[in-house]
Amino acid sequence: MNKDEYKKLVKSLTPKENKVKNTLLAFLSGGIVGVLGELEIYILMNFCGVSRTEAFIWLCISLIFIGCFLTSLGFFDNLVTKFKAGLIIPTTGFAHSISSSALDYKKDGLITGLGANFFKLAGSVILYGILSAFLLLMIRMVIECLV
Amino acid sequence: MSSLKFDNVYIKNSFSIAGPLEKNGQIKKFDLTMDDYYYREKTFEQAEIKMQRIVIDNLLLQNKLLDGDIDYLIGGELYNQIAISSYSAKYYQIPFLGLYSACATFVESVSVGANLINSKQANNIIAVTSSHNLNSEKQFRFPVEYGAPKPHTATFTATGCVGALLTNEKSKIRVDSATIGIPIDMGMKDANNMGAVMAPAAAETLARHLLDLKRSSDYYDLILTGDLGEIGTKIFREYIKRSYDLKLKKHIDAGSELYLDNQETYAGASGPVALPLVLFNRILKTNKYKKILIIGTGSLHTVSLINQKNTIPAIAHAVSLEVI
Repeated sequence: MNKDEYKKLVKSLTPKENKVKNTLLAFLSGGIVGVLGELEIYILMNFCGVSRTEAFIWLCISLIFIGCFLTSLGFFDNLVTKFKAGLIIPTTGFAHSISSSALDYKKDGLITGLGANFFKLAGSVILYGILSAFLLLMIRMVIECLV
Repeated sequence: MSSLKFDNVYIKNSFSIAGPLEKNGQIKKFDLTMDDYYYREKTFEQAEIKMQRIVIDNLLLQNKLLDGDIDYLIGGELYNQIAISSYSAKYYQIPFLGLYSACATFVESVSVGANLINSKQANNIIAVTSSHNLNSEKQFRFPVEYGAPKPHTATFTATGCVGALLTNEKSKIRVDSATIGIPIDMGMKDANNMGAVMAPAAAETLARHLLDLKRSSDYYDLILTGDLGEIGTKIFREYIKRSYDLKLKKHIDAGSELYLDNQETYAGASGPVALPLVLFNRILKTNKYKKILIIGTGSLHTVSLINQKNTIPAIAHAVSLEVI
């Protein structure tokens, strides 16, 4: 059996991931996170007299806190495994990736362990986030100059 | 010829420690079990070192042997530079050979040890192997607390440690022969589907073992593969039928024998300890099988080489055992 035939054999015997179910679960769980976020913004704006911009900052902080807190309690990873992208895409996923790396490497020392590995998973998000923000800003500036 | 025949090598004794998930799985009885992954140590690495030390200590104690009575300590696991085995070996005054064949390490250790005893260079040898789920996660995958979604094809590294005392004194289990595997690369790149990576290596080693020793597959009452997992097992059976035209009388995969379905371990157990845990605590305790061929299967990858888009080579070593 050559490599191509083997690839075909493996493909035929590997069960397919249920993409519809995964997408639906992610849509629902991510949606719930969004609804809860909107609810928090609504409460802050209507009962605490905070502006929408400021309420959004409080929302980010609380989502990050919840993500980190549940990770440190040890069950956020199980939730992510179940709900997949629904919890990875919101800020909770970013917080989760940082806090899990920090927890893992804290025993390797504050500088050589925790510090060096803090952005192990989140590094790509930061780098390409900043890079794409910069590029989009450039495009916007060009368009604004033309218009 | 890549197969070795032995006349006077026996496995006198074994000692097993099973992890917190493994003790609640399909096998109910182990020599020792762990309540949590720390095993009363500060780090997971220390916990794995402690597991190996307890296993070696107990093998010495149960057989009333001292360090000086053991000619060689042979072992390995999955951690970087097989550091866990080296760090546990430093506590003994026993010449130490560290080996790495990923999840085929235990079978490799037994093959090397049996050959030393058979050639009368040694009388007593301890072969030890371990794996720790969270050390492997850190080593090969993501940080421990990071919940990366995994596909159904992924396997779950078993936690545990097994040691075996090989000797030239006659006892219940005879090590009959061994076949050293050839690394096989069938172009697989997915480290989340190690069953597919390793199945051709297992098939190749099995076919060569039967050819070298002029045996048919019916000769063995049981062929026990290491950690192909449920999907890898299906691929292995189909592959061996199509490529080698072999039909197996009785085949069990240790990876499918450790956990219960509701334990969320994807396609089953993996890790060098999966095979010896099932062999010594389940298969040999049933007294059902007389002639057993164990095939340890290992996926020889590192994270960097996979990120660099390389395909994964796999290896399988086989040892045949006879229960007297």
